[in-house]
Amino acid sequence: MTSAARPMTRQRPASERVIEVLLFLAASVGVLTTIGIVVVLAVQTLEFFLQVSPIEFLTGTYWSASIRPYAWGVLPLISGTLLVAGIALIVAVPLGLLAAVLLAEYASTRQRNAIKPILETLAGIPTIVLGFFAINFVTPNLLKPIFGDAIGTFNALSGGIVVGLLITPLIASISEDSMSAVPRGMREGAYAMGATKFEVVRKVVFPAAISGIMASIILAASRAIGETMAVVLAVGTSPNLTLNPLESTQTMTAFIVQISTGDTPQGSVQFQSLFAVAAVLFTMTLVLNLISNRVVARFRTAY
Amino acid sequence: MTASTLRPGAPAQPRFEPELARRKLTGTLFYGACLAAIGILLMALLLLLYDVLSRGLPWLDWDFITGVPSRRPANAGLMPALIGSIQIALMVALFTFPTGVAAAIYLTEYAADSRVTRILRTNIANLAGVPSIIYGIFGLALFVRIAGFGFTVLSGALTLTLLILPVVIIASFEALKAVPDAQREGAYALGASRWQMVRGALLPAAAPGIMTGLILAMARAIGEAAPLLLVGASVFVTFVPNPLNGAYTVLPVQVYQWAGRPQEDFQGIAAAAIIVILLLMLFLNALALIVRVRLSRHIQW
Repeated sequence: MTSAARPMTRQRPASERVIEVLLFLAASVGVLTTIGIVVVLAVQTLEFFLQVSPIEFLTGTYWSASIRPYAWGVLPLISGTLLVAGIALIVAVPLGLLAAVLLAEYASTRQRNAIKPILETLAGIPTIVLGFFAINFVTPNLLKPIFGDAIGTFNALSGGIVVGLLITPLIASISEDSMSAVPRGMREGAYAMGATKFEVVRKVVFPAAISGIMASIILAASRAIGETMAVVLAVGTSPNLTLNPLESTQTMTAFIVQISTGDTPQGSVQFQSLFAVAAVLFTMTLVLNLISNRVVARFRTAY
Repeated sequence: MTASTLRPGAPAQPRFEPELARRKLTGTLFYGACLAAIGILLMALLLLLYDVLSRGLPWLDWDFITGVPSRRPANAGLMPALIGSIQIALMVALFTFPTGVAAAIYLTEYAADSRVTRILRTNIANLAGVPSIIYGIFGLALFVRIAGFGFTVLSGALTLTLLILPVVIIASFEALKAVPDAQREGAYALGASRWQMVRGALLPAAAPGIMTGLILAMARAIGEAAPLLLVGASVFVTFVPNPLNGAYTVLPVQVYQWAGRPQEDFQGIAAAAIIVILLLMLFLNALALIVRVRLSRHIQW
């Protein structure tokens, strides 16, 4: 992607070389960060595994890091995380895709200018504000009237709903780009065959844009799994191997916050467990991001 | 008007547009669903704003802005968190600006399209997908422990810099890419070296985009809480922090602490603090817009 233009001079003064080296170093910060993250998580997780068996960690169904007897089965934290992310996707996929279709296919320029800021504002809200909204509005005013006493003050559902709001703009914007990239000629061909607008969207635009749409959903899932502040207030602090969205649970991110804000002494097993949980979280989001890249590369149709 | 009415007695012909009415109805319903989706999002946004404003406005006054946190909500104030947030945002800008712009310049202007640069670019895209709390854990290990900066504003700002750097690099990259090649060629035609071209022709032309990206990154830094919880943003700070030494807090962490308490009054001051965060972000967004318009006034091609 270098520019076509190049300087005419052949000899370059030493200062130019120094500048180039400095610029390269700046560009390498990202790679060094990635390596650093992997090394820190790996080393600290190994230290944790010297005290807790990896098999117990990965297959155990009970997690208790603050109350004796301690138990280090990470599955309840994973199930809590997946539960919240699943609810978030149930909220965000229809909302995000419908918004994307509206923007890409139906909206006039004026309507776009009215709709885009709604999504951008939603995307820009600090996530702690959504957590506040979950405990102060979603649970008491929206969920309590529906579920009554069946729903707890802290529950996975309210956390999932606000995380859904948070990832909707991501799905909408990537899917919209992908739908807008479908060439006009394909739509016009379908119209010429007598298709209605909805049929063009469903049978031409949607299949042609599927790689971008899938990628957006996978990225959104990754974002939901890693989200912290929107869930930490809402879902509670009880790791719970359940798929009941009305119960309190705990996500991996919320556990990390609980340990780091408590007075857990550094170097204790509890504190080390934070790194092991973070390693699981990092691996899950990394795998999703890589899959998303693959989906785009694999199913991209060049028009 | 169907075929059978044209020729009485002829067998009924299949209609040219089967079930058009039903198909159009499906389309209308779908369009309605699209509008409903936007309606739901707008409604959620308005409810959120209403909830925050109705709870927070009664608590928002000058004493609240200038006071320090207290165990009694009526006496509590925001000063340490507000100063902490501003210190963090300024330091993040200070660290991110040179590094992010330099990285983007390297990637657009210097790097040949080699394996190394492909790795650099893919890596930046992947970093943007790493959960923010993971950066907190890395910052804890690197800045707090290994570098020995401790739980200070400096550690917090460096951690957020790593988090926000990919965003700034991508924004600067786009801004540099948008400068037409004629600008580069013009500078080279005058005998400029590559760096002279970058400094004299490219950076002024790309400045609006770069500055906008940087200001929006500061807005992002002001809203971040999760990584800072790991690098020492404490939940109860009653003094204005010294950036290089000692405990600090920031606005979103203060909101987290207050909102985590069951008493209704603490929810009120949490909402008031949220209003302050949103106003700061609004201010930065407006600033980004003004900078963009003013800086691009003289650029025409």
